[in-house]
Amino acid sequence: MGMDNKMIVSSSPHIRSIESIQSVMTDVLIALFPVALMAVLLFGYQALITMVISVATAMLVEALWLRKRDIYNDGSAAVTGLLFAMVLPPSPPWWLVVVGSATAIIIGKQVFGGIGYNIFNPALVGRAVVLVSWGGHMAGNIWSPPQPFAFGADVAAVTGATALADQGEAIQYNLSDFFIGTVPGCLGETSALALLIGGIWLYYRGHIDWRIPGGYIGTVFVMGAVFGGGFYDNHLMTGLFHVLAGGVMLGALYMATDMVTTPVTPTGRLIFGIGCGLITMLIRLWGVLPEGVTYAILLMNAVTPIIDNFTVPKQFGGVNKSA
Amino acid sequence: MSSTVFKGGIHPEYHKELTATMAISVMKPPQKVVIPLNQHIGAPCEPLDSIAVDSEVKKGQKIAESGSFVSAPIHASVSGKVTAIGPYNHPLGRPVEAITIESDGQDQWDEKIKPPGNPEKLTPEDIRKVVREAGIVGLGGATFPAHVKLSPPGDKKIDVVVINGAECEPYLTADHRVMLEKPEKIVFGLKMMMKALNAEKGIIGVEDNKPDAIKVMEQAAAEDDNITVAPLHTKYPQGAEKMLIQVTTGRIVPSGGLPLEVGVVNHNVGTAVAVTDAVREGRPLIERVLTATGSGMTRPSNLLVRVGTLVSEVIELCGGLKENTHKLVIGGPMMGIAQPNPDIPVIKGTSGILALTEEDIYLAESSPCIRCAKCVDSCPVYLMPTSIAQAAEHGLFKRAEKLHAMDCFECGCCAYVCPSKIPLTQLIRIAKAEITKANKR
Repeated sequence: MGMDNKMIVSSSPHIRSIESIQSVMTDVLIALFPVALMAVLLFGYQALITMVISVATAMLVEALWLRKRDIYNDGSAAVTGLLFAMVLPPSPPWWLVVVGSATAIIIGKQVFGGIGYNIFNPALVGRAVVLVSWGGHMAGNIWSPPQPFAFGADVAAVTGATALADQGEAIQYNLSDFFIGTVPGCLGETSALALLIGGIWLYYRGHIDWRIPGGYIGTVFVMGAVFGGGFYDNHLMTGLFHVLAGGVMLGALYMATDMVTTPVTPTGRLIFGIGCGLITMLIRLWGVLPEGVTYAILLMNAVTPIIDNFTVPKQFGGVNKSA
Repeated sequence: MSSTVFKGGIHPEYHKELTATMAISVMKPPQKVVIPLNQHIGAPCEPLDSIAVDSEVKKGQKIAESGSFVSAPIHASVSGKVTAIGPYNHPLGRPVEAITIESDGQDQWDEKIKPPGNPEKLTPEDIRKVVREAGIVGLGGATFPAHVKLSPPGDKKIDVVVINGAECEPYLTADHRVMLEKPEKIVFGLKMMMKALNAEKGIIGVEDNKPDAIKVMEQAAAEDDNITVAPLHTKYPQGAEKMLIQVTTGRIVPSGGLPLEVGVVNHNVGTAVAVTDAVREGRPLIERVLTATGSGMTRPSNLLVRVGTLVSEVIELCGGLKENTHKLVIGGPMMGIAQPNPDIPVIKGTSGILALTEEDIYLAESSPCIRCAKCVDSCPVYLMPTSIAQAAEHGLFKRAEKLHAMDCFECGCCAYVCPSKIPLTQLIRIAKAEITKANKR
């Protein structure tokens, strides 16, 4: 009757949810699918090549570092690789993708002890490194206008500045272009629509809550409106422009919500989001760079432990604020 | 006004369909019962002077008690002869002094057991005495002596008695069946408790995954204007004291405090039935309803079982365990205790016997914390389980205490949701034990 079985004796609870790190990471990859698809629709085969190189490099480097045969493993390297591709121009040199993706995995993640232990968002570490090392490939008048549905087109044939860098560039587009994504920019950042679809998936699956994206996007919107030209008028330098242009949507929904490098407390998450918005807008409005999402998130990553420490929630029925 | 949903918590798979529609069947009194002398929170009992090996006892006869107030006397659950007094395996882990009685098959009641008088005429003090003498403890599993909760300090005014019919633990359906089959006894027991406490209001909280129980309880309480049935959102741990009181009364039990500090006393539905049996007939607590279930149980059932019946015999009655059973749990899957073998007695607090197979228990190595904050979001008392667990792992128990580890009531939500499969609840438990030890010094 089965009583001879060795019974497992362990501490409660005796049932667990079926969620695992791998299932969470796979959900993030699913969320990135509409974004990746849009990148290919807008920037053609070169976007696809960039993504494939980046993902393959990240997975291979991590598998080699950990000496594991299963190169998908927990899925986190694939996520880092794909996110890194999303913050690259449509057709960077292949070696830049390889170096950046490998840097993201090694310097961004593994030297800290691997998954769970890194302080900074690995993909953004990779981007920061290639940005300061090969600025000529990452900034300036290198941006190709999208060529929707022209898979085989050479997107690099025509280049210019981004809307955030150049007012003259900005007025060629209207806000619906920014929403759909038919503007120059990084692979994954131009289409707010695709980013929102993936973001809703992550929210539905319980992997992100409203606090970080809400705090981030809300702060950018309000600051853009107050210090720019209103909330959503026809001219472009408005709150809504600042939300849709550049990397804010990608950053707010996919980078600032990276679990490992952001606060765990509810209040802390809101502060993190607002802080990201604030730094992004300080850089955009008064800094020397046209865009500030990367540095905003990396800076806030650095203060995450402090935020957690100062926002320990009051326990149920608690009166004193401590820790 | 009460809020309808508490913050945090989880929605596990409930598996209640295994037994929810099965009427309580009465298990035949066993040949032998092993009655531990410690079945409650508080001082363990000592055998009465008249009880020794070879003593003849009757069903319902008191066999052990303690002079301490926070304790509950223990009664023979069959008639027969005492064959042993000594340590025996106990569901809480280590062996405990127990009295073994060999049944004479007569199942004869002790003739001293008779109704204590017209229930309407009993004074609050009478009710407390009857409840104490009947050895009634919290039957939800916490096993706190019931008369203690009915004796609040003089300066505390209790105005609400909340009856817990939430039964939020997955698999268990014992309380559900008790509500369906003994609703009148629950309402009567509640009225007796309200009388003992001089409380004006009674609330019976039932999770809304048991609509039939809600309906039956509403009918049973229809004539009493001061008793209401509160349908509760189905979410684990809805039946936890603090959550239950929050959603039924809107009151927040203070951290480290008791419900009586906000004017509330709460009891399980089974406890209310036991109070009714004691007040009406003078019957002590010698049996209880439990759910024997799980995918490893051949014939899952709801059973009325004598205290002291061996779990192995209950399992046998249910057709035995299936080959692929890997875990035997006393209680529910979230807060119950895993057992190395079934040679343990059913005690007053045994709400379930759960046989889990490999698929149910999800064995996995733990990975590093990815700080997903799902544990923080699921904690019903707003703690940071991952941070407390990390402190515990590093032996930083002062930090664990500062993070309010002592507020954890070990509901298990954090460990349940963790995608890294870190044994968070276990680590917090370790922290709590170390903090308690340090504070005693």
